[in-house]
Amino acid sequence: MQILKNIHDASKIINDTFYWTVISPFKGKKVRYRAVISEVVKTGYNSIPIVAVISLFVGIILALQAAYQLKRFGALIYVADLVGVSITRELGPILTAIIVSGRSGSAFAAEIGSMKAAEEVDALVSMGINPVRFLVVPKLLALMFMLPALTVISDFIGLLGGFLLSVTLLEIHPYNYFQQTVNALLVKDVMTGLIKAWAFGIVITIVGAYQGFKVEGGAEEVGQRTTASVVTSILLVIVFDLFFTTLFYYFT
Amino acid sequence: METAIEVRNLTTHYGDREILKNISFTIPRGKTTVILGGSGCGKSTLLKHLIGLLKPTRGNILINDKDITAMDEEGMNNVRQKMGVLFQGAALLNSMTILDNVALPVREHTKLEDSTIRIMGRMKLDLVGLSGFEGFYPSQLSGGMKKRAGLARAMALDPELLFFDEPSAGLDPVTAAGLDELILKLRKVFRMTIIVVTHELPSVFMIADYVIMLDVGEVIFAGPLEELKASENPRIRMFLERKPEKETYSPEDYLRTIIGD
Repeated sequence: MQILKNIHDASKIINDTFYWTVISPFKGKKVRYRAVISEVVKTGYNSIPIVAVISLFVGIILALQAAYQLKRFGALIYVADLVGVSITRELGPILTAIIVSGRSGSAFAAEIGSMKAAEEVDALVSMGINPVRFLVVPKLLALMFMLPALTVISDFIGLLGGFLLSVTLLEIHPYNYFQQTVNALLVKDVMTGLIKAWAFGIVITIVGAYQGFKVEGGAEEVGQRTTASVVTSILLVIVFDLFFTTLFYYFT
Repeated sequence: METAIEVRNLTTHYGDREILKNISFTIPRGKTTVILGGSGCGKSTLLKHLIGLLKPTRGNILINDKDITAMDEEGMNNVRQKMGVLFQGAALLNSMTILDNVALPVREHTKLEDSTIRIMGRMKLDLVGLSGFEGFYPSQLSGGMKKRAGLARAMALDPELLFFDEPSAGLDPVTAAGLDELILKLRKVFRMTIIVVTHELPSVFMIADYVIMLDVGEVIFAGPLEELKASENPRIRMFLERKPEKETYSPEDYLRTIIGD
């Protein structure tokens, strides 16, 4: 019974979110663009530093690990291929998604959850304002836009990390490394990564909102739901990643 | 006596537990009606049904002769624009200033100029005695001020119906009396239909014209305040005279309770 109810609640949130994002703007119910911008700043712009630092380090680590193996075959130059492909196709989107789940997914759940606990959500309803339109849609639009944008940054800085390590420690000539990366990367590598990032943005928002609206009691439950939102969104991000990667493997 | 709200055979459940048991009553227009009852009698649940936050298991609620239990979201939102609700904790949005909170319903439901909306917001704030606090955030206000701001927001669209959930809960007697004064003033000046859910007797005697008393999910009294005062019903007398409920435990019952079966 509980599982059925959860599925019902989740599908209701998904349904409402897409109704208020996609259909209602055509019926004259405008999206709150100011809120979208404030969410873009909170969820996107403010996470640039952490995304940058983590991506840089992962780029360096990846280059080191690749070199450890490739050195034995005298194929050090292929570090560029390995770093380039794995960052753009996989690590850029997934690292960004995990960071954003931790930063913003949890914040969504906590914000909506504490509003629910303080009757603020009821107050919105009683004023004739749909809480999904008011709270979730701006977050969704912000993340649908910012997750790919952050992924671009993450890709770029990850590649830079690999480059920096290779030209210093591995003593690969910068121009050769650059050429090798350009030859290894295809547009579709970057594009599939960005499509994934876009989908992760949707997953993170929906999970955060779902957990937030589930809160019925007080502060303790807000905490539990926040934790649950991070755990669930990381899990679902990985599941969706598997799904998309399989899809792209066969169809691109 | 004109009717603003009519409740017919309302039955509600919370999970498997029956909260309201087939209750029917009417709320007169242009008066202050107090829904009175002890803790856990279902009065907050009743309020949530009256403002359309919950759907009943059975029964109908008619507001201005329209059944809100059969309405879709859009129809309900039209009704909601004619009602204002002051929640127990005021339920102001913490991310906005007081003025933005009060302006929110106007911004969402009308296409007025922003400068006009601000003036309207300031007027409402002035009405509840909060002039000069427009720029404050809810967290910077005291409990009584929050309730006043919540009231200003509830009145933003000049509603016909105004609901109060435990207006004096958590307030000191002086502040609570101030809020009661405000409720009296609103009814006199704007001729609104006011519905107050409370268990505070001093406040009931001060503001009520009409009283509906609930006891464990049933209506045990509905009528003018004078009749309530004169009532001989033992449950009502107990409530009015603040007598505690008698312990009905027998030693055997007590033993059974603590053994746990």
